[in-house]
Amino acid sequence: MPYPQELKELIKVVEKTRPERVAKKKKNEEVPFLSLEERKKILDYHPDFKEEGRREIKVGPSKGYRIAHEMVDVLEANSRVNPDLVDLSHADYETDVLVIGGGGAGTSAALLAQEQGAKVIIATKLRHGDANTMMAEGGIQAATKGWKDSPYYHYLDVMGGGHFKNIPDLVDTLVTEAPDAILWMEKHGCNFSKFQDGTLKTLHGGGTCRKRMHFAADITGVEIMRTIRDEARNRSQDIRVIEFSPAVELILNEKGECSGALLYNMETEEYFIVKAKAVIMATGGSGRLHIQNFMTTNHYGATADGIVIAYRAGVGISFLHTVQYHPTGVVFPEQAEGILITEKFRGSGANLVNIDGQQFVNEREPRDLEAAAIIKECVEKGKGVPAPTGKFGIWLDSPMIDALSGTGTVEKEFPGKFILYKRFGIDISKEPMLIYPTLHYQNGGLEFKNTGETALPGLFVAGEVGGGIHGENRLMGNSLLDILVFGRIAGKNAADYAKSRSDMGKLTLDHVRTYHKNLEEAGIETDRVAPMLLPDYTLPHVKERQLTACYVGTLR
Amino acid sequence: MSTTDTTKGESKETTSGKELVSIFVMGKKYEVPKNLTIMKSMEYAGYKYIRGCGCRGGICGACGTVYRKPGDYHIYVGLACQTVVEDGMYLTQLPFFPANRAAYSLEAIGSEPEEVYKKYPELFRCVACNACSKVCPMDISVMDYIAAIKQGDFEKATELSFDCIQCGLCTVRCMGEMSQYHIAQMVRRITGSKITPQASHLKAMVDKIKTGKYTKAIKDLKGMNEDQLRKVYQQREMEPTEAPDDWKPADVTYL
Ligand SMILES: Cc1cc2nc3c(=O)[nH]c(=O)nc-3n(C[C@H](O)[C@H](O)[C@H](O)COP(=O)(O)OP(=O)(O)OC[C@H]3O[C@@H](n4cnc5c(N)ncnc54)[C@H](O)[C@@H]3O)c2cc1C
Ligand code: SF4
Ligand code: SF4
Ligand code: FES
Repeated sequence: MPYPQELKELIKVVEKTRPERVAKKKKNEEVPFLSLEERKKILDYHPDFKEEGRREIKVGPSKGYRIAHEMVDVLEANSRVNPDLVDLSHADYETDVLVIGGGGAGTSAALLAQEQGAKVIIATKLRHGDANTMMAEGGIQAATKGWKDSPYYHYLDVMGGGHFKNIPDLVDTLVTEAPDAILWMEKHGCNFSKFQDGTLKTLHGGGTCRKRMHFAADITGVEIMRTIRDEARNRSQDIRVIEFSPAVELILNEKGECSGALLYNMETEEYFIVKAKAVIMATGGSGRLHIQNFMTTNHYGATADGIVIAYRAGVGISFLHTVQYHPTGVVFPEQAEGILITEKFRGSGANLVNIDGQQFVNEREPRDLEAAAIIKECVEKGKGVPAPTGKFGIWLDSPMIDALSGTGTVEKEFPGKFILYKRFGIDISKEPMLIYPTLHYQNGGLEFKNTGETALPGLFVAGEVGGGIHGENRLMGNSLLDILVFGRIAGKNAADYAKSRSDMGKLTLDHVRTYHKNLEEAGIETDRVAPMLLPDYTLPHVKERQLTACYVGTLR
Repeated sequence: MSTTDTTKGESKETTSGKELVSIFVMGKKYEVPKNLTIMKSMEYAGYKYIRGCGCRGGICGACGTVYRKPGDYHIYVGLACQTVVEDGMYLTQLPFFPANRAAYSLEAIGSEPEEVYKKYPELFRCVACNACSKVCPMDISVMDYIAAIKQGDFEKATELSFDCIQCGLCTVRCMGEMSQYHIAQMVRRITGSKITPQASHLKAMVDKIKTGKYTKAIKDLKGMNEDQLRKVYQQREMEPTEAPDDWKPADVTYL
């Protein structure tokens, strides 16, 4: 639906202040960046700082850690299966490396493992590639331009964005391996946007001191994902993909080594046993937990499964006390609610302005500060723009981009979003977008080392499911990078580990029994079941009629 | 068996519309709020997706949907997560359609059009009916990219097919029985790796890193405490937004 009359009137205010703002941009005059003092103050408005939003987790390796209720809910939950009913004396599949999750991290891990000579199975919940990776638009960071940038500056930016809490070794590996990851993608035929002579185009992202954001139009994630997926398909003799079959538990052996996983065929509701010499956890993030009721940009399968099942098997968690809210998610039109509007709009010159058409924050602050500033502007200052749905938003002034870089730039550089809005009758090269922060990235996750290893021998971690690289806040463009860098490392090291392993031992799910016991001892009585697998969007009016008391045949 | 409160996040918005319209899901009638997307309206009606739902943001191609409207012979298509319901809409989702895909080794092949023709001889069965372009939810001129491939113009085909989300709807309708999107994928990878000039600065940086040029500088950063690091961080020189690509910083110590 196009903007209703009330909003059209308010857009006129934005138009009035636009020429002056464009002129300023041209002169490189910016709203000053926040000082470290000011940063601290504004963060009070960030949802992470709401104490009532979290509680201590009472069981498991990170007992005592205070994180979001929604995350604790899935951690303090029962297994989907009764371990006593699972017959571990035979395996339905046997492989060298089992990759759990078919997004960017999982797929690049599978490719590298295969290159080491391993037979690989990718088990994934939806279709191969239906993942957060596919949704990334803005770009991928790497210091590739030696005349102005280097891993040194990239390192500083990552640390600053993460509030200097990041694990230094992980950041070191991330920035040092970054250019090679881009080169790897180029070799595989990924079409990054380039100048005629082959020089990669790069832009700024929030919190970068050099323009090092590489992109493929505004569908960078799609281009990366479909390229490596295509390559995995070329190697289907060694890389087998099992779709719609999420992992629901890890399987260990009597020596406590990770030795496979239990898969659940969501269509037939059967469980299958995969025996593997090494396992890579690459299940991505958790936006669909809708922490603090926020809307989300994440795909349908982002439900923290990997965290739940690895935590049960003894792997600790870190940095989960912070969650990333993307500052610019669609508030209106309603059908697109939650959908991400890439930072690249701001990198290309679009201002954020309030109901009076005034700027209130530099548009290139790190995400958490940007989000907090928007929430403050709406909640405390009352300068938000009312949407017809009753929610508030802030204008992202996209027409500035055409004013700065020539008519047609918005359509050419942001084809995806241009089409999306066009369907609703809104031309974003002429009218601004109404946005509000939306739940976007997990920041933290499973503890792991820069080799991909975890506390559980045989279990490797890669991608958004891991915690530590980005500290308390991830900068845009560093997680597409993270999944390629650490996906490849995990793939290679898991294959090496698999090679060195001869004895599989006796498979067991004892750790699940123990976890159940721990829940009981901690006094947690619950009928919650996890991993969640899919979010539940069934509405109360339907639920009221779902009265089946006893199932015949398949059990749901 | 879910652990969440069902009124959270997304579903909240599905309760907002009061005015109802009728839709027919695989022929069965449901009353759903006006203004919802097909995806949300089916959830409103009580469906729980396993297939046919991925990104929920119009970019993964999982939710291709065909529909008809009352008294109208046209076939319409859309992505369920992006298309708003209309009164009387008859719809079904096509989340999967078998497609022929040829395996190839990108390393082993060149950039000649014949590489693709060998793998996909059915390219030449195109009868230029344009049914594919009409059905594409991304408004891609599928027929034109197929024509560009036949003419051996891979750069043009790459550009024309770039927004493809591999939903497979074109393949459903193809008179020539080809799987256009798989062919285009192969072509784009050839373009990216063998036709577009490679980035020389990229290779140069990778080589420089291999010599260990930055190891010490980064090690020093790793050794700093938070306060020291903050200081260095705040002093870093910012590349201006409007600066040209060949901009150079004043301090080149760490380049
Ligand atoms: C809208 C959006 C825009 C973004 N933009 C950018 C950007 O511009 N730049 C950037 O760097 N980053 C961006 N990100 C972040 C980045 O895309 C992700 O963090 C990253 O792609 C995660 O990759 P992954 O492989 O770890 O997880 P995913 O790509 O999410 O893959 C995880 C896979 O695991 C599967 N899975 C889940 N549970 C199970 C289970 N139990 N068993 C088996 N499989 C399972 C999922 O279905 C999925 O296929 C964006 C994210 C979103 C959502
Ligand atoms: S070209 Fe075909 S597969 Fe690609 S988006 Fe269009 S209809 Fe879907
Ligand atoms: S549908 Fe098939 S035959 Fe018809 S124009 Fe498209 S590619 Fe050619
Ligand atoms: S669910 Fe991904 S395109 Fe609709």
